[in-house]
Amino acid sequence: MMLQAILRRTGISVATLFVVSILIFVGTSILPGDVAEIILGQMATPESLAALRTKLGIDQPPHIRYFMWLGNLLSGDLGVSKAGSGFGTIGTPISTMISGRLGNTLLLAGVVAMIAIPLSLFLGLLAAMFPGTRLDRTVTFSTLSLISVPEFLVATLLVLVFAVHLGWLPAVAYLSGTESGWQLAKALAIPTLTLVIVASSQIIRMTRATVLNVMSSPYIEMAILKGVPRKRIILRHALFNAIGPIVNVIVLNLAYLISGVVIVETIFAYPGMAKLMIDGVQTRDLPLVQACAMIFCATYIVLIFIADMASILSNPRLRHPK
Amino acid sequence: MSEMEEQTNPAPQFEELPDAPPKPRLKLSWPGKLGAVLVLFWVVIIFIGPSIAPYYEADILDEELFIVPGGDEYPDTDFQMPSKVAYLGTDYLGRDTLSRILYGARTTIGISFVATMLAYLIGVTLGIAAAVGGGWLDTGLSRINDAFLSIPHIMLGLIVIAAVGSTIPILIGITGFIYATSVFRIARSLGQDVMVSDFVEAAKVRGEGLWWIITREILPNIAMPLATDFGLRFVYIILFISSLSFLGLGVQPPMSDWGSMVKENLAGLLYGSIAPLVPSLAIATLTIAINMIVDDISAHSGGKLAKRMI
Repeated sequence: MMLQAILRRTGISVATLFVVSILIFVGTSILPGDVAEIILGQMATPESLAALRTKLGIDQPPHIRYFMWLGNLLSGDLGVSKAGSGFGTIGTPISTMISGRLGNTLLLAGVVAMIAIPLSLFLGLLAAMFPGTRLDRTVTFSTLSLISVPEFLVATLLVLVFAVHLGWLPAVAYLSGTESGWQLAKALAIPTLTLVIVASSQIIRMTRATVLNVMSSPYIEMAILKGVPRKRIILRHALFNAIGPIVNVIVLNLAYLISGVVIVETIFAYPGMAKLMIDGVQTRDLPLVQACAMIFCATYIVLIFIADMASILSNPRLRHPK
Repeated sequence: MSEMEEQTNPAPQFEELPDAPPKPRLKLSWPGKLGAVLVLFWVVIIFIGPSIAPYYEADILDEELFIVPGGDEYPDTDFQMPSKVAYLGTDYLGRDTLSRILYGARTTIGISFVATMLAYLIGVTLGIAAAVGGGWLDTGLSRINDAFLSIPHIMLGLIVIAAVGSTIPILIGITGFIYATSVFRIARSLGQDVMVSDFVEAAKVRGEGLWWIITREILPNIAMPLATDFGLRFVYIILFISSLSFLGLGVQPPMSDWGSMVKENLAGLLYGSIAPLVPSLAIATLTIAINMIVDDISAHSGGKLAKRMI
């Protein structure tokens, strides 16, 4: 039964990925003009255009082009970027542009997750354990404020304090690849802190809400009436039932980090995937945007899949669907 | 006239019954009240902002204004700290930050508001259609919606802007469309709850038409939760549009918009200029204020149980 539920979820995720790839392809292909015109630029003659189109396979109808693109994508060929192309030369392969960048983004996201998850679980539980107290109100109010401000406010404030006034940390996080560990840590400090603050606020609020929600269920009422101490109710009764939803919350928030990463990489000129994609959007480098969007969306869908798995595994009722 | 009174009179008697539900009254706690005051402040600014602004939004201030006795003959006008000339300092071109904030309120809040309305128009219409229609209509719309929801909002925005560029109508259209997906989900599930209720069943048996059921039974019953959600969605949309502008992909210069003001002046941060900070704070005061109101209302309408138990 459980295997069936897991297989079903896997099937849905694969199907979603497929539909998303169609949406991305259609979304970036609705414009007139194509790569051949960009590559040839002003040298374009109708004959040379036609020849190059045949060579690149873009004289095919859209659905054939889509499957060619998807096939290449699956075999690891992400296509060629507009960058470096023109006057008859074909641009840089996107896979070369992405390698390294992907690692940088994963490094940033990984460090953020390692700090944000334990911190926010601790604060969220603390707030849920003492609802209505000054501690709870402080946590609730400050997290509400933090989730309603743009990421760039948090980032600019941190730069003003730590880079400009105190002078402890660099204001940009441009990596050349030759930094020592300490330099790397210093460069990553403000971007990491920004993302930790943004991501934690969401997780704290949702952890608190989840635990309080479990607290209002009948068996907790029973425990209260039995006279079980409050601390024991939360740590022994409520927490275990809240684990599934909390894992769900954590993974979903890691997925939401994607938009945070886009902003933070731009502010700090951090050489990651998101910065690459934004540059692609600004120069309207559609093959590059397609490839980056596909990688981000695939990550997002995989994370959502993990979140679903966590709730299926932790909840017997979902494990055995009726 | 007397007939009307007879019809309206019985209502208060019902309310006196001990079991009658308490009359819904909007009582805000102090954060809610503070939020309301701030939102009101920005609404007023939208209307009178440009007329109270000391300068025009695109005006580059004259050097002469900054000459201090005994100082430089040709003083810098960019990234100036707050002074009597420019109360909130100047930006990277030497324009008055305060004036740009006052003009920008109209752009930022206006575009976000129209986009939210559009998201609601599309989302609620399709959501209710799915809830009322059911069957293949519901399945079809929900599947399409799920596909769009599985792309992060910012990615959808970036893909479309990469393809068609960024003008204000495109910005409003794409934002409205992206957020319509979330509205659709909420409107559909709220609508479905009402559709299976006894009073809709009764209306159907009475022979009321579909339109009557939608306008008289469904819409009034889902209006309040949707109104709370409208506030939240509005906040998300303000942040979304500001983020796009911040990335240089939203509102284009020379129009002043809070998000792009942060972007333009980011370099000033290194000199300790407050030019990038002021527009960020303007966004923050508005979004925090709306969230405080929404939080207050939802705390009053639900989640009471958990509080009472502990």
